[in-house]
This record gives sequence, structure tokens and C-alpha cells, in this order.
Amino acid sequence: MTERNRDAASISFEAVGKAFAKPGGGTVHALEDVSLRVEPGSITGIIGRSGAGKSTLLRMVNGLERPTSGRVLLGAHDVGTARGRALRDIRRDVGMIFQHFNLLASRTVAGNIAMPLEIAGVAKSEITARVAELVERVGLSQQANRYPAELSGGQKQRVGIARALATKPKVLLSDEATSALDPETTQTVLSLLKDINRDLGLTVLLITHEMAVVRDIASHVAVIDGGRIVEHGPTHDVFIAPKHATTRSFLSGVTGVKLPAFVKSRLQNTPSEGGEEVIRVTFFGQHATDPMLAKLTGELGIEVNILAGAVEEIGSHPFGNLLVSLPAARGEEARRYLQDHNLNTEVLGYVG
Amino acid sequence: MSANLINLLIEATGQTLYMVAISTLLGTLFGLPLGTFLATSQRGELLSAPWINKVLGLVVNATRSVPFIILVVAIIPFTRLVAGTSIGTTAAIVPLTLAAVPFIARLVENAIREVDSGLIEAARAMGATPIQIIRKVLIPEALPGITLGLTLAVVSLIGYSAMVGAVGGEGLGDLGIRYGYQRFMPEVMAIVVVILIVLVQLVQSIGEWIAAKVDKRAPKGRGE
Repeated sequence: MTERNRDAASISFEAVGKAFAKPGGGTVHALEDVSLRVEPGSITGIIGRSGAGKSTLLRMVNGLERPTSGRVLLGAHDVGTARGRALRDIRRDVGMIFQHFNLLASRTVAGNIAMPLEIAGVAKSEITARVAELVERVGLSQQANRYPAELSGGQKQRVGIARALATKPKVLLSDEATSALDPETTQTVLSLLKDINRDLGLTVLLITHEMAVVRDIASHVAVIDGGRIVEHGPTHDVFIAPKHATTRSFLSGVTGVKLPAFVKSRLQNTPSEGGEEVIRVTFFGQHATDPMLAKLTGELGIEVNILAGAVEEIGSHPFGNLLVSLPAARGEEARRYLQDHNLNTEVLGYVG
Repeated sequence: MSANLINLLIEATGQTLYMVAISTLLGTLFGLPLGTFLATSQRGELLSAPWINKVLGLVVNATRSVPFIILVVAIIPFTRLVAGTSIGTTAAIVPLTLAAVPFIARLVENAIREVDSGLIEAARAMGATPIQIIRKVLIPEALPGITLGLTLAVVSLIGYSAMVGAVGGEGLGDLGIRYGYQRFMPEVMAIVVVILIVLVQLVQSIGEWIAAKVDKRAPKGRGE
């Protein structure tokens, strides 16, 4: 499949709010004043805990939910006010994949993929050709005439992806698409999404509660908490210098770099005489492989005690995350030195 | 047993099958759309029409509340209007159909409500119209359930058809009453009962076989 889709579309949320009437009276604000622009051709991840409003936000892009205030734009189309035919036309430009796949049990793999084309009124002969192409694209040629019940979770999601791509959409929405899959299958599905984004150039907007998914494929990330976007930006920027507590808590989950319990329990907010300062050092790109801590000891004579650490990849760039302690008296000096060498530091506390 | 009696039994079986077949056919013709509508017209659903839904629900419940034998008698004027006569086997199809429609409608409604709402959402996300969702998602996905429901309806109609002797409808039930009971020929009664048991058993088996055939939800015997 070599065709590139019609130009990928941007998605703009402009001061979007969504309020639900509570059954017992009163209103619940699922989303409040959300403004976010998703660049055309990007893979953007929205991460949040369950109930944070991410699902509502995603479903506004194809009009499954309507904002109660603000606007949602897909390219130049206002999705929130579109009705009937206009809305159905917009939906054909937006593919969607789901956590539980949502495949028709009564149709084969090929039949499921054909579904959006039938709905769009595409000619039979054209459907057959297009389905064959899509089945090939997601690597399920052998399974084309099987029913979903005969497939594994990963294969089902591949069918879901092929189906979502059938009408050559400009945007692909992913609603926790890998949350029901095991880690290995998750990787294959994520790399398929990445390939599709690269080959077809379509915009991918995904929601997840796993920072690992964001780390592995998203070029941009937005963190949502309590119905508001609390932080957003290019993934590497957010990973290196998370500003919001929610972001940090998601990151600590993915980097797996946590303070050992014996240090954490002794952590104080103020330095004590002759005590140690505990800092988080994050580094990115080429610096990730520099022996900066050794240089710190060598050049300034500051002794560094490593408490926890890991180096991993965001996209194809190495990303390091270290928790160290060093004499509190020389903390500021050490941090300046590290920052001068393009490493980020964050003081976590002090131990006596 | 006399050849005459055997002929009577064959004829009665044919009449029962005729009544049940036609009323099932007509019952499905009206019950399927009615059940589909009931399943999709509550507030906020595909065809959202809460008031019509409520009214139709009441009518369906009312019809189903009336004992069949009373229904048969109560609608005699209506039967005459539709069938031209209120007496005989063909006329009996009218009350049978009237009983079948709400019954089948409820069975269809239940089967459709069982369909995973995620599938409706997926279809909406594809830009499907409500009618497309009903035709391409709800009915095909509910088909195993609908098939079992129709099987249940046919079995019930076989039972109901035994009561239409009250308005001159013939068939197995009528034969059993007239010969077995009124002429005191218990062997006729016994044979009628055996034939009914075989019929019901046959309908049930065929229904289950078809339902299994259209059910693709679980792989059968592939050891996967």
C-alpha cells in the first residue's frame, strides 16, 4: 500500500468544556476549559487516570460526544455543531480503534474490514480490492476468512486498525487500544501504529493511562487531570522536565526510578548540618551517555551516591533518569555544574 | 386403528403445521420490526422516541396479559374482518398471529439488547446511519438469540394452536379433544400427545442447530 492519504488534519480543542447533569440534580464537569492543538501528522498521547476526562475528550473528535462549551475543530470543520450527513462525512475522515476491539462476531476478518466501506456506499468490487490491501497491510492475509472469536487479542486489534483505515481517514483515534493486551503484543500493535503514521502520514490521537505507550510512540503528550490539561508539549520535553505532580507520578511509573524506601522515609524538606541533598538528574540525547557524575567527582571533588537510576529510550533517543545524593553544602554548586552541561536537576529533599 | 383415524391424524397434523407456520411467518413479519423498534427507541437510543416506545410497550404487555383462549374469543369481530369468517382453521391464524407478534417482539427486543453497545459505538464512529446500524450490526449480531427466540415462539404456538378448536379451528389439539375426550378414545389422545411431543422436539432441535450455525461468537471444536 503506497498511497498517502489526503492531507492529515489537525485537531483543535478550543476552551472545550463538558458538563453532565447528575441524576440527583447538579452537574458534573467532565472537562473544563481544555485547549489543545494536535499537529497534523503527529502522534499525540493524552494520558490521564480513569475518570480524568480523556475518553470524553477523544470521543469529541468524531462527535460521539458533544462539547457543552467551546469548539472542537477537525481541520476546518467544527465537529461539535455538525449534524446528520455532515457529521457522518466527518466521521469517515476519522478512524477509531477501541480497547475491546468492538469487532462484529458475525463477520469474518474481511467482513469486518469491509464494514466502513459498505457504510460509505463503496462499490463491491472496490471493497474487495481495498480489503485485500488492508488485510495485507496488517499482516492477516492468512486469517482473512476467520471469525474474530478465532483470533488472538493482538490479531483482533490488527483487524480493528485495518477497519479504522478502510476509508482512508485523516485522523486515527485510539481509545486505550493496547490496554487489554499483554506487553509483547502491545509492542507489536504500537509499532504498527507508528508505521502507519509514518507511511500514511495521518494524525494519530491516542488516550492511555500508561506512560510507556506515550514514551514508545508519541511525539507529543498532554496530561489530563480532573478534566483539565495540566501539562502538554513534545514528549521529550515533558519527560525531561515534568512540571506537574500528576505528570511526575505517571513518569515514576514508567521510568521505574523510585527512591528506595529507606531513603524516602527519612526525607526532609530542609537541609540539616552535614546532611545530604537528594536530587533527580535527568538527561537526554547525547548527554545520556556522558559520564557526568564521574566528572562531577573528578572536577569538583563532590562525592555522589547513586540511589537509583535507569537509561531508556524515548523515540530513538536515550533518556536517563538518576536519583543521587550528595553533600547538601555543595548541592547548589553541583546542580549548577550539571545544568551547565545540559542535564536537568530537581531537588527531592534532604536526609540527615 | 382404522385407516379413517390415521387419515384424520395426518390431516390434523397438517392443519397444525399450517396454522403454526403461517402465524409464525406473519408474527415474525410484524414482530421483528416491532421488537427492533422497542430495543432501539428508548430515550437517547438510536431511534430515540421515548413516548412511542412507552405506548407500544404498553400495548405489547396488554396483549400478552390476555389468556390466549380469551383472546381468541374476544377478537372474533376482528378475525371476521380480516379472514372473512370467524370459524375454521384459516380464521384461527388471526388470533395465533396476534398472540405471536408481541411475544416475538419481546424476544427480538431481548436478543438485540444483548448486543454489545461497543459495536454500536464503533458503527457510529464509522458514520453509519441508524438504519445501517440496525441492518448491519444489531440484527446480524443478535441472530443467534433471535433464532432461539423464534424456536421458543414456534413451540408456544404449537401449544396455542391446540386451543383454537374453540372457534372451529382444527388440528391436533382439536382432534384430541373431540375424539380422545368427547368420544372417549384415550388411544387417540395418546397418539396426539406423542405427535405433539415429537413436533416440539423436532422444532427445538432444528432451532438450536440453526442458532449454533449462525453463532460465530465462540470457536467450535478447533482447540484454539
